[in-house]
Amino acid sequence: MNMIQALNSALDAKLAQDPETLIFGEDVGYFGGVFRVTDGLQKKHGLKRCFDAPISEGGIIATAIGMGAYGLRPIPEIQFADYILPAFDQLVSEAARLRYRSNGEFWAPITVRSPYGGGIFGGQTHSQSPEAIFAHITGLKTVIPSNPYDAKGLLIQAIEDDDPVIFLEPKRLYNGPFDGHHDRPVASWQGHPAAEVPEGLYRIPLGEASIVRTGEAVTVLAYGTMVHVALAAIHESDVDAELVDLRSIVPLDIEAIVASVRKTGRCVIIHEASRFGGFGGELSALVQERCFLHLEAPIERVCGWDTPYPHAFEWDYFPGPQRISAALTRVLEY
Amino acid sequence: MSNLPPLSFYVPEPAARPGQTNLFSSSSMPAAGDMRRPDPLEAEAGMRDLPFGLIRVLDDEGLAAGPWAPQLAPGRLRDGLRAMVLTRLFDDRLFRAHRQGKTSFYMKSSGEEAIGAAQSMVLAAGDMCFPTYRVMSWLHARNYPLVEMVNQIFSNEKDPLKGRQLPILFSARDYGFYSLSGNVGSRFGHAVGWAMASAYKGDDRIALAYIGEGTTAEGDFHEALTFASVYHAPCILCVTNNQWAISSYAGIAGGDETTFAAKAIAYGIPGLRVDGNDFLAVWAATAWAAERARANKGATLIELYTYRAGGHSTSDDPTKYRPADEAAHWPLGDPVERLKKHLITLREWDEDRHAALSVELDSAVRTAVKEGESVGTLGKSKPPVSEMFEGVFKEPDWRVVEQRRELGV
Repeated sequence: MNMIQALNSALDAKLAQDPETLIFGEDVGYFGGVFRVTDGLQKKHGLKRCFDAPISEGGIIATAIGMGAYGLRPIPEIQFADYILPAFDQLVSEAARLRYRSNGEFWAPITVRSPYGGGIFGGQTHSQSPEAIFAHITGLKTVIPSNPYDAKGLLIQAIEDDDPVIFLEPKRLYNGPFDGHHDRPVASWQGHPAAEVPEGLYRIPLGEASIVRTGEAVTVLAYGTMVHVALAAIHESDVDAELVDLRSIVPLDIEAIVASVRKTGRCVIIHEASRFGGFGGELSALVQERCFLHLEAPIERVCGWDTPYPHAFEWDYFPGPQRISAALTRVLEY
Repeated sequence: MSNLPPLSFYVPEPAARPGQTNLFSSSSMPAAGDMRRPDPLEAEAGMRDLPFGLIRVLDDEGLAAGPWAPQLAPGRLRDGLRAMVLTRLFDDRLFRAHRQGKTSFYMKSSGEEAIGAAQSMVLAAGDMCFPTYRVMSWLHARNYPLVEMVNQIFSNEKDPLKGRQLPILFSARDYGFYSLSGNVGSRFGHAVGWAMASAYKGDDRIALAYIGEGTTAEGDFHEALTFASVYHAPCILCVTNNQWAISSYAGIAGGDETTFAAKAIAYGIPGLRVDGNDFLAVWAATAWAAERARANKGATLIELYTYRAGGHSTSDDPTKYRPADEAAHWPLGDPVERLKKHLITLREWDEDRHAALSVELDSAVRTAVKEGESVGTLGKSKPPVSEMFEGVFKEPDWRVVEQRRELGV
């Protein structure tokens, strides 16, 4: 399965197994979503299980919270993560705090799916990576898969989680892994080990990183699309790097991070989002606090530049394999 | 549980899906000329019937009927027709350019050309329009240079927006065209604020904003109406109801329950419902609202009732969710054909002149596209990469300076 099919399979399995789940969002019903993730679900499970919502992200999340408080398990979709901001107040002031402020009387077990990230020439309104602003909000979980197998297992776990989860789907990975070499032929998931996705329900716990590649020389922390770009850079620079796919940034697998950096003594952090105030800053602080005496070199961050996401300069902005390789070399030669 | 039957959950569905036929039988369609035209300075309380009617001027014979007929000189009508034909030809050629890989994205205004063309001509040079991406006829009516548009769409070295923005999301301040964004609805309140500022300064400028019927579901719409109502902001707030928001029909935005024009009633501002495929009706309603705004009587909400004849964008395939022939059944026809017929009926136009106009405009578009191609298409040419770092702030801060140096540009 590609990632779209894997996500569809997770939603299909949950709709079949749990009558309290339902999906709504812009264009998700009859049409099946602009990226086809909900394709066929309305036809199979009925109009009331998967339906179109008004163009009102604040309304979508507010009603999802109300449904969740009633006892349902809504799975709203925000069509692009770039468009989630009208719902930000609902997510920050309501979903994230309902359990806390009501002393557990009410809670909202919602899973907000949203495609994010660049690499598709989507310009500034179809390319952004807003994970850091959600990670900053106590009470929200933020999950980012990097392959079809993880996407399905993490989505099922997120839906079953009793707290609100922001589930960010790297849209550049929907149809195939992307190593950052935009000038080479587009790859498909076919034949990739992570494209072997079982039918039915299985789960991947939130907060467990995945070691994509073991190594001794340097730890590379990444998630989403950048896992594949980092892997390409590691191969091309012939560095014995350990690549850690965080898979969820809240909860964060701090043990895996610390164990790896204590082993390698070096750390490079990669994300698509712009650098200043990005999630890489938090990772860098944590590594410094917990691994200071093991560090052989300053921690490096390779990120998008501190500009809005530009259209014509997509590949100048995108932290591609070349920039990652250069950072790996700098850290090793320090 | 009580003895009442259980509650049932309702999800609206459109009249027809692919494989079915939509005859639009449920649309109430008053005849051209039937609607009364109150004085634009009258109190809103006396005109609450207007949002439930439909202001139409052009009848099926191509004649202008009723009190809303704007009595335009034939030259103005021909100018409007020219802008609409140009919009359609430009769209067709640039849509094809996308299919040929010359750009990443395109959106057509097909079927909605009358709206931007008429309103652009009604408003004055100092006024400001806060557009959606489907009113490009606003710019064509004001003779925005075609090659500049092509360069923006190709994101090439001569792109007036320096490669930073998606194709067709223009900004053209000198043409009264506010900066577009891919986020829908988020400039509706800017129009109200702009109008409030004009009133605050004692100027004579008014604002005109567009929002799609689907986007009336956003808070932006209701917030803007509240402010417009409270401060009597001199603006014209337009809902282009083209029936489809990507795959969601107007009922998903509440269109089955009432009209979009009727939303005005709750805010105490006039609501006009207008045949958006009728150049004369759009002109007349806009002129009415502009007169009211300029007389310090505040805002008007105009629903422009139309049909999105094409897909949402180059990324969309509307045959997946609506009947392929639905546009052909749209009861209010094609805006270009209707204005053309009117001019012919007036003996101010004929088929030969129309054909010659089409050839002339298509040739102008082709020349502009060739000129844009000679600069370069997407990926083949772009502004200097240093432009990526410009304009984040008025003066760059150290982050931008350092990162520019790191990238070596």
